[in-house]
Amino acid sequence: MSEVTIKKVDGITRESTQAMIDRTLEIYPEKAKGKRAPHLAPNDPTATSACVKSNRKTVPGVMSARGCAYAGAKGVVWGPIRDMVHVSHGPVGCGWYSWGTRRNLMSGINGVSNFAMQMTSDFQEKDIVYGGDKKLAVLLKEVKDLFPLAKAISVLSECPVGLIGDDINAVAKRMSQELELPVIPCNCEGFRGVSQSLGHHISNDTIRDYVIETREFTEEAGPYDVALIGDYNIGGDVWSVKPLLEECGLNVKATWTGDGEIEKIAATHKVKLAIIHCYRSMNYMARVMEEKYGIPWIELNFFGPTKIRQSLRKLAERFDDRIKENVEKVIAKYDPIMQAVLDEYRPRLEGKKVMLYVGGLRPRHTVGAYEDLGMVVVGSGYEFAHGDDYERTSPEMPEATVLYDDASEYELEKFVQELKPDLVGSGIKEKYLFQKMGLPFRQMHSWDYSGPYHAYQGFPIFARDIDMAVNSPTWKLVKAPF
Amino acid sequence: MSNELGLKVKPVTGISPEDEARVADWINTEEYKQKNFARQALVVNPAHACQPLGAELCAHGFAETLPLVHGSQGCASYYRSTLNRHFREPAPAVSSAMSEDGAVFGGQNNLHEALENAIALYKPKMIAVFTSCMPEIIGDDVSAFIKNARQKGCVPPGFLVPHANTPSFTGSHVHGYDSMLVAILQTLTEGKAIEGRCTGKLNFLAGFDANTGNYREYKRIFSEFGIPFTFLADISEVFDSPNDGTYRTYPGGTPLDDAADSINGKATLSVAPYATSKTLVWIKEQYAGQHVSLPMPLGIARTDALLLKLSELFGKPVPASLKAERGRAVDAVTDAHQYMHGKRFAVYGDPDSLVGFVAFLLEMGASPAHVLCSKGSKKLERELQTLLDGSLYGKTGKIYMNRDLWHLRSLLMTEPVDAIIGDTHGKFAARDAKIPLFRFGFPIFDRVNLHRRPIIGYQGVINMVTEICNKFIDVKDETCEDRFFEMMR
Repeated sequence: MSEVTIKKVDGITRESTQAMIDRTLEIYPEKAKGKRAPHLAPNDPTATSACVKSNRKTVPGVMSARGCAYAGAKGVVWGPIRDMVHVSHGPVGCGWYSWGTRRNLMSGINGVSNFAMQMTSDFQEKDIVYGGDKKLAVLLKEVKDLFPLAKAISVLSECPVGLIGDDINAVAKRMSQELELPVIPCNCEGFRGVSQSLGHHISNDTIRDYVIETREFTEEAGPYDVALIGDYNIGGDVWSVKPLLEECGLNVKATWTGDGEIEKIAATHKVKLAIIHCYRSMNYMARVMEEKYGIPWIELNFFGPTKIRQSLRKLAERFDDRIKENVEKVIAKYDPIMQAVLDEYRPRLEGKKVMLYVGGLRPRHTVGAYEDLGMVVVGSGYEFAHGDDYERTSPEMPEATVLYDDASEYELEKFVQELKPDLVGSGIKEKYLFQKMGLPFRQMHSWDYSGPYHAYQGFPIFARDIDMAVNSPTWKLVKAPF
Repeated sequence: MSNELGLKVKPVTGISPEDEARVADWINTEEYKQKNFARQALVVNPAHACQPLGAELCAHGFAETLPLVHGSQGCASYYRSTLNRHFREPAPAVSSAMSEDGAVFGGQNNLHEALENAIALYKPKMIAVFTSCMPEIIGDDVSAFIKNARQKGCVPPGFLVPHANTPSFTGSHVHGYDSMLVAILQTLTEGKAIEGRCTGKLNFLAGFDANTGNYREYKRIFSEFGIPFTFLADISEVFDSPNDGTYRTYPGGTPLDDAADSINGKATLSVAPYATSKTLVWIKEQYAGQHVSLPMPLGIARTDALLLKLSELFGKPVPASLKAERGRAVDAVTDAHQYMHGKRFAVYGDPDSLVGFVAFLLEMGASPAHVLCSKGSKKLERELQTLLDGSLYGKTGKIYMNRDLWHLRSLLMTEPVDAIIGDTHGKFAARDAKIPLFRFGFPIFDRVNLHRRPIIGYQGVINMVTEICNKFIDVKDETCEDRFFEMMR
């Protein structure tokens, strides 16, 4: 962090950004203003601690974009594991809303060897009154009967389960023995914590307590065995990163959890290095594996050629000359291909301004990819970050640009009106609001039904999509001539 | 600490291609179907969501109204993003963001703060409150909370805050719509009934209908008749708003004054007997004028019934323009009937549209073979059975009440059909069965602009028939042997 190059944006100063924040906060009632103010600040790239407060309760009524612990467990950590059944335990809704809506793609045959489906105990009033434990036991047997190739079952609690005092952990333990199948209870009720973040943490803890060390790889361990952690295969990201790592000579033993297989995840304690993409959602298990099994971890960014190049060299440092040579060969192979992409798109995107509001790693990791395209990121923020995420973000962002944590829709709208970006990258709830303003937008949780965006396969697609969004002739039609 | 389940450590084995192939075949068998239908506890791929989603849709249908989810923050994000994905439109709604302390102390403070902040930031004229699981389970008294909010000054005097209890563990999105609608109407019409006053207008209830094209079509029909109307509730401008470079939080919806005055209407007509049943009971007790419930106007006959009823209620003849339109629709179906006649369909959906799809198929000489509702009643089952029994083409049809799309998949494999009518969630089953899926239901996450094309009325018949028949012709063109590939179809 000591070698930060301070980037600047014309017209943006600490004062101008703070004044914009103050104007935005004017409308809030006193109490809410007091709560929101510490979450908004101009960036200080040299700051030694986070510029904004984070991981606090959502202020009621402000229109937050946050999800819940269940969303973090089902949608993020567990859902992408392809060869196990994930039971949304409780009423029908949560599982239905999170069914196929994250784009964590997976291999296998649906209903046979992958289970990207909505399996639920569909709680009714009587289950609330009498409890759902018995129903859960029956359900688990039915899962085993109907989906015999499922390697495990996760039981993901929705709000009512914790409120009525069901003991899913006891049911899971009993049924695991009876079915001879891991049944993993995850107490991720949506009211726990302040955002999806606690759901990630709870899920990591569950992997620690119920999964890791329960399997062993049959093949001999090798010096190049690595695990890819915190890549969820959105739009096929894992399918871009994994072959790249393999091209560098590494042996990717497990992917957590994009297109993941539970047995390989369970045997990950034998790898030599953990490569982390999404620090926020998976740092907990990275630390556990480091402390318990001595597996070091490395945080890498695979967005855009500059960061990919840096990341591969950083990665090579952890290995012998063979890998170092491979990495240089790989970089030499892809550099001209990437340059051709830049030659095509950069002239059309040079100097364009971007605002980001996403989650996980994207508000900082994608900055470099925009910069590769000649663009400037003038605002960034997270739905569910912690202080360590903002610490990692500040050096990436230009001086004094606005940072916003758990932004309300009102705040985003104001910032966009004032900063007039050429592109907004955020989520589905924000997309159409900004498009109605005539502003180009890309959904950056789901890659807007495109992707992959990771690594060398992903960047040409990213560049094409950004150009398509910013320069689509359709935006010119927004203003009527009469 | 690991391995708390006490299972033996095993090698990584994966799923063998042989096992995968064996099970892939097995799940298509009659044996599997039997096992699948014997399920007691597990629900797989249900075709319905929970109550608050419907409540939010309904709330959006009133002008300058902000929906407020009383419950966990995540619930609101789920409902909003569902509506965003289906309509490809904004869906502004707030939440009281209850968390763990709410479970201990109740959600009153959260609700009060939410009301105060939402009014300051988003300046609504009305906030429609509805509940998700948490407050329902801990027993929050939302009505008392709102009264207290007024006393505390979190809500200005006279500001309207209707509320509905919409627990996710009963009913479906359809019931949540109904509960929210009756709550909003009760609030808006309180003290507005005027003895002897008649607005001369039609109050029209479409229920949980997420097709903005349908709303525009209804309005066109009323305009052709010259019948003044109040839509209860009108989502058409809200979820099909123009892109002119300005974002508006409240781009449309039924004006609150019109909704308030609806209690003095000339007639109230619902085309969603299932999705507005609770509201209709209340309207019958409270509203002036006539109260009529008709089936959703899918198909020619049901559109005829709507027009005849409008004619009767308002003493106006069916306009020549609609008569001509009927003729064009009939021309379209007679021209196209040969591509649909005898085709077997699987149909699933919400009760009102499901009944309509079955009637439409029978009218076309097609066979609704598997008729499935994942949240339905005995009454619905009887109505569907009567429909099937009343037609030669319904004889082979079977009704599957409170079954899900994994059941449907088994049916498609063991008793094949030519196509499915449903929503996006049916696409996996359709792909496995190698048949087309017609997305006439809700939600549609994977095609553009289909929520804009009406399926009700005569124009809706033309649209559905065109989509279905051309798809069958496409399939023929794509799959027939070269020697049968020809210029004309």
